[in-house]
Amino acid sequence: MKQESLLSVMNLRTRFHIYEGMVTAVDGINLDVYRGETLGVVGESGCGKSVTALSILRLLASPPAEIQGTILFGGVNLLDLNLDEIRRIRGNAISMIFQEPMTSLNPVLTIGEQISEAIRLHQGVARQEAWSKAVEMLQMVQIPSPEMRVHEYPHQLSGGMRQRAMIAMALSCHPRLLLADEPTTALDVTIQAQIVDLMERLKEEFETSIVLITHNLGLIAEMAKRVLVMYVGKVVEEAPVEDLFQEPLHPYTQGLLESIPWIGKKLKTGRRQLQEIPGMVPSLLEMPEGCRFHPRCSRAMNICSKEEPPLVQKDGRRVLCWLWA
Amino acid sequence: MTETIQPQAWRNQRSADSQFKRNWAKLRRNKAALFGGILILIYLITALLAPVIFPGSPSAPNLSRSLERPSFANPLGTDELGRSILGRVIYGSRVSLLIAIGVVFVGLLVGVPLGLVSGYYGGKVDFGIQRITDTLLAFPGFLLALGLVSVLGVGLKNTIISVGISMVPIYIRLVRGCTLSVREQTYVEAARAVGTRDRTILLRHILPNVMIPITIQTSLGMGMGILSAAALGFLGLGVQPPTPEWGAMLGSGRAYLFHAPHVATFPGIAIFLAVLGFNLAGDGLRDVLDPRFRL
Repeated sequence: MKQESLLSVMNLRTRFHIYEGMVTAVDGINLDVYRGETLGVVGESGCGKSVTALSILRLLASPPAEIQGTILFGGVNLLDLNLDEIRRIRGNAISMIFQEPMTSLNPVLTIGEQISEAIRLHQGVARQEAWSKAVEMLQMVQIPSPEMRVHEYPHQLSGGMRQRAMIAMALSCHPRLLLADEPTTALDVTIQAQIVDLMERLKEEFETSIVLITHNLGLIAEMAKRVLVMYVGKVVEEAPVEDLFQEPLHPYTQGLLESIPWIGKKLKTGRRQLQEIPGMVPSLLEMPEGCRFHPRCSRAMNICSKEEPPLVQKDGRRVLCWLWA
Repeated sequence: MTETIQPQAWRNQRSADSQFKRNWAKLRRNKAALFGGILILIYLITALLAPVIFPGSPSAPNLSRSLERPSFANPLGTDELGRSILGRVIYGSRVSLLIAIGVVFVGLLVGVPLGLVSGYYGGKVDFGIQRITDTLLAFPGFLLALGLVSVLGVGLKNTIISVGISMVPIYIRLVRGCTLSVREQTYVEAARAVGTRDRTILLRHILPNVMIPITIQTSLGMGMGILSAAALGFLGLGVQPPTPEWGAMLGSGRAYLFHAPHVATFPGIAIFLAVLGFNLAGDGLRDVLDPRFRL
């Protein structure tokens, strides 16, 4: 079954000019997001997940950032648009929510002012109408007594409510794609569950596709349909979520899954300790030769340190590893 | 009436109130700031009600009574032209208030937009603006004002413009610095992510968040402005006679310092108290409003 691709990122490369030289934060990644699906993107801190999202919306200041490749959204390459055109897409067709609900709302403006600003910007409606739409959106994200909350300032809301307000703001123009950059990381577990439910429900309601960026594999298992695993700027594995959890192909993915504590799980090795991935994420300035993961890989072979691994297609999955070549 | 108010609204009402009350209580406990505030208040009342407090003309000479010592008829004595020093000090407060407001207005009008743009856009724009700022800051503020007056000429308007411009680099630096830190906040990124225009981001999202340091600097700047304008007046390069201006009064009183010291003393005290008031109030505001000092 061939689905229609909403967003298609091809060979995206984002580099930053910094004092020490040039760092490549995202190195030639490809991804497709289909209509109405949730694509999970996982990886360690600094692997380029957020930079990918920011590159899609062209939110990185340039210079120092330099974005190459193709980002097709509805048949248009976002990288070709001028500033005015990309601004019309931001918040309208593609929205983004951020990790820190505590700081992603402006402390000096009321919730209503901030949400209606986005609505007025893209829908060209009158102040009054935008305001009532803001109330409506707050209702939609299940904030109690929205007509009162809309007059409040961010400091009067709890973390969970602020994230709801952020979601309300992001979805206020019914975007076709939502980039959720660690939407639940700063929240405690019960609130996380509520936010997940909320996003699921809104996805159905607005038929929004979601790119879910996180390092929380539990969240991925809950929400995503397909998963991309990223490691220092490259996609190392792409698979449907069930396959990924059942049979991870890339040693890095295997390591990630083994480093999660499961209640009642028997450890294969017989050790009583939790497995970890040895070593450290390499510095973007001193990338190892060959496969970027080989210094930390338990199954590294000779070739891994010499040549870059090929992208292997296997039963509708993709993996970047010599093991499967 | 309480039953008609919903609990939520009541709570927020209270929290907004208590924020203000907390700040006010803090300001009141700060005796120096309170004293500064009282000085400014007296100064404002004097300036606004000058014709009521002193019904006569401050500039009409009466040579038969020149250089009289303080007496019941002239509480602060008279100057070399027999004009009441009390009257001139009272009317002088109007001139210096005009200068204080005008000077910070010029400083804010030019400095704040340049600082915002410089901090927000960075890069070449920032570089350009900052090199100009560096150049202006290389001169001591007063010297800069002096130089500008020599180009523009004397008078009230030119005094305000020159002293105002000498203050512009201070505002540019201050606003730029604050903008740099606010620019990195997630809510600015979030505003950009919903497609907000740069102008809207600057005016609605960044400016209100840098208002506190601007407010503090404005209070301090008024004191500085009065002082610089008075110094220009003292040198005869500021507001010209017969307009009663404290600095000019001080300058003309200098000649009689030995046999009629009151001529120079009282305008000097007036300058001192006004500047002290603005500085104490500015410091007090900083203590209350600056989050770095908040416990």
